[in-house]
Amino acid sequence: MSNLKKINIDGIEIEVDGAMTIIQAAEVAGIEIPRFCYHERLTIAGNCRMCLVEVVGGPPKPAASCAMQVRDLRPGPNGEAPVVKTKSPMVKKAREGVMEFLLINHPLDCPICDQGGECDLQDQAMAYGVDFSRYREPKRASENLNLGPLVKTEMTRCISCTRCVRFTTEVAGITQMGQTGRGEDSEITSYLNVTLDSNLQGNIIDLCPVGALTSKPYAFTARPWELTKTESIDVMDALGSNIRVDTKGREVMRILPRNHDGVNEEWISDKTRFIWDGLRRQRLDVPYVRDNGRLRKASWAEALERAAKAMKGKRVAGLVGDLAPVEAAFSLKALVEGLGGHVECRTDGARLPAGNRSAYVGTAKIEDIDSARRILIIGSNPRIEAPVLNARIRKAWTNGADVALIGEAADLTYDYAHLGNDRATLAGMLTQDLANKAGTPGIVIVGQGALNEADGEAVLAHAMRICELGDCKLLVLHTAASRVGAMDVGAVTEGGLTAATDHAEVIFNLGADEVEIAAGPFVIYQGSHGDRGAARADVILPAAAYTEENGLFVNTEGRPQLAFRAGFAPGEAKENWAILRALSAELGAALPWDSLAQLRGALVKAHPHLAEIDEVAENAWQPLELRAPGKATFRNAIRDFYLTNPIARASAVMAELSAMAKARAATPMAAE
Amino acid sequence: MTLPADLETRIRHLVAHEGGPRAAMLETLRSVQAAEGWVSDERLAQVAAVLGVTPAELDGVASFYSLIFRRPVGRTVILLCDGASCGLNGADAIRDAIRDRLGIGYGQTTPDGRFTLINSACVGGCDRAPAAVVGPDRTLVGPLTPALLEELIGGAP
Repeated sequence: MSNLKKINIDGIEIEVDGAMTIIQAAEVAGIEIPRFCYHERLTIAGNCRMCLVEVVGGPPKPAASCAMQVRDLRPGPNGEAPVVKTKSPMVKKAREGVMEFLLINHPLDCPICDQGGECDLQDQAMAYGVDFSRYREPKRASENLNLGPLVKTEMTRCISCTRCVRFTTEVAGITQMGQTGRGEDSEITSYLNVTLDSNLQGNIIDLCPVGALTSKPYAFTARPWELTKTESIDVMDALGSNIRVDTKGREVMRILPRNHDGVNEEWISDKTRFIWDGLRRQRLDVPYVRDNGRLRKASWAEALERAAKAMKGKRVAGLVGDLAPVEAAFSLKALVEGLGGHVECRTDGARLPAGNRSAYVGTAKIEDIDSARRILIIGSNPRIEAPVLNARIRKAWTNGADVALIGEAADLTYDYAHLGNDRATLAGMLTQDLANKAGTPGIVIVGQGALNEADGEAVLAHAMRICELGDCKLLVLHTAASRVGAMDVGAVTEGGLTAATDHAEVIFNLGADEVEIAAGPFVIYQGSHGDRGAARADVILPAAAYTEENGLFVNTEGRPQLAFRAGFAPGEAKENWAILRALSAELGAALPWDSLAQLRGALVKAHPHLAEIDEVAENAWQPLELRAPGKATFRNAIRDFYLTNPIARASAVMAELSAMAKARAATPMAAE
Repeated sequence: MTLPADLETRIRHLVAHEGGPRAAMLETLRSVQAAEGWVSDERLAQVAAVLGVTPAELDGVASFYSLIFRRPVGRTVILLCDGASCGLNGADAIRDAIRDRLGIGYGQTTPDGRFTLINSACVGGCDRAPAAVVGPDRTLVGPLTPALLEELIGGAP
């Protein structure tokens, strides 16, 4: 049975699903209806009244188009499609009236408001309002909330659309925000005045249609029209969230999400959004070399010469760090293997099987989570390993999916069946009747915490077997943005990290700051920040961070995406591929490319699937040999969400958030 | 203080018979108030957990209704009407009489916890103005006179 209904909006007749609301149907017809409270990813509130339209033949009053479904409209006397007008005199008058009401208590302090220039209220007042107000009485003022170090509040500007309340409750899954009072006294509040406990809270800044919620770190630093906007890809986790990097001069001023239904919808985590102050601190802006135990500044020529001299004729190991683009990993592999050495990207010890993409990426798309009815999480806390992905699992759970977890119990913002926390539970799954629910879409999500011990491959084999028995898709949830891309280009060594670095005389560390390098080998560090890796280095080659170079990243589902340069690297720092190319020339074995385009040509020739930007390749299923795993309990890969990489560790905002999260964990909730 | 079992049973009954947690929110709050006189933060969080809504959402409902009390009140709540009819018929004099007799104004509770005086925009008793609604049974009384007031307050000191 077809649910399609005809509807005529402003003379355009279209056929849409009857469950759609008028505002959605209008979008299909290409007609814009102004709105404040309506948001396509949140539930319908219907409280701002800005979306009023005229329904011909309906009750003689304007109707809220966000809350009226097409199937509820009455057809014409001869069965014609119901007629809706969005530009009639009645609608114009209704909008002007709503606008006048909304502006009654709004302070109109646009000159000192950070939302100015990108404010829905400003824009819609210009487009649909009138230029005067009949209100002469005193305006209401509200007390501001303390929501923590990220979201600045100016509640007098609030128009009570409740988008923030709905986002935090529905998507982020936290309970703190609400609306209290009635009529003029109604206010958005944080219950019992607590700060927000979510790593997705920054999204309410974007959702707020006025200047009530603005970004605290970005406060009063720029106007939107001064900023240069660059569309790019995030590297804070392996999700590959689509972002927009806003720069003023050479500084990154803020980071915003872009919409991508298949990856991050339109949300980003707070680490992604507020990381930018870390791009300004602790930067490596000149090369360094170590003389008599002390690092000193050097010229590029000297540093490259020193590095080349150290590498020549030695056993070299290359480590690919978590933030490296595919081009850098590919170059490093070519360089180091050209010298007879080994490269390794699995620096956290994850036992990801080289060459078997169905095992190190899986077969599921992130989007598959939406329709999954059964979700099994193994050895992962997606809330901190990929907060935006966790919101998607929550969405599936809200829609009725059953979630189960094997691993450390944690508050994931949704209910799940905690099956156990050790490998015995996992092995026990195979003896259960998993086939009884086959037929409904299922997904198994395996975290890096489950794979980074000696029996990682056995755990992965079990996960794959569960997929086979239960007719599920597999998603390997990575924590490093570089990992899948580096695996794709084969930046791996048989035997993993220990085999690669064993007996190495020289270690070329491409931003792998999380790896402890023992005393002994000569270390060349290439990276953007003066973090742990640089402290252990004998030669430091300063490189661009992810906002400062074009690069290819493959996300956790195997989707290649291009990040673009938003600004230039500080000082003498150079792009990663260019440094490796220069070093190869110094070594007398120049890599066969002179530009990023040539490098990408070589890369795509060797790995054709990387040319399919934004496409998720199908991976042929190659199950691993089933062996008994160990006995240990699962331990999640990430302990501190806010401090996972050198950029985050340089950020003052992340340090504050990390300290707050620790304090919160130390004091149990008073109310419960 | 843990949630009394009978209250929890009542809430679960309400959820099952009122059409879901949201529909049961108001009646839940009324039940809490009937049992305890007011709705404390602690209780609100407890019943929200039983209902399966967030405390903030339940507080939104509680604060919407001015007769759901989110602060402690006396055992007898006097809702004195200060609407048009009652105002014209001397509600202010009754207010002053209560202040003289019990020492409380609008929004205040006697130190012994017996009475709370709250002004109300209308109690639906214009024909008996000045009127008030008194006590847990919400009895409409009026027209109020000093003698009737004395009878209501009883042996209060």
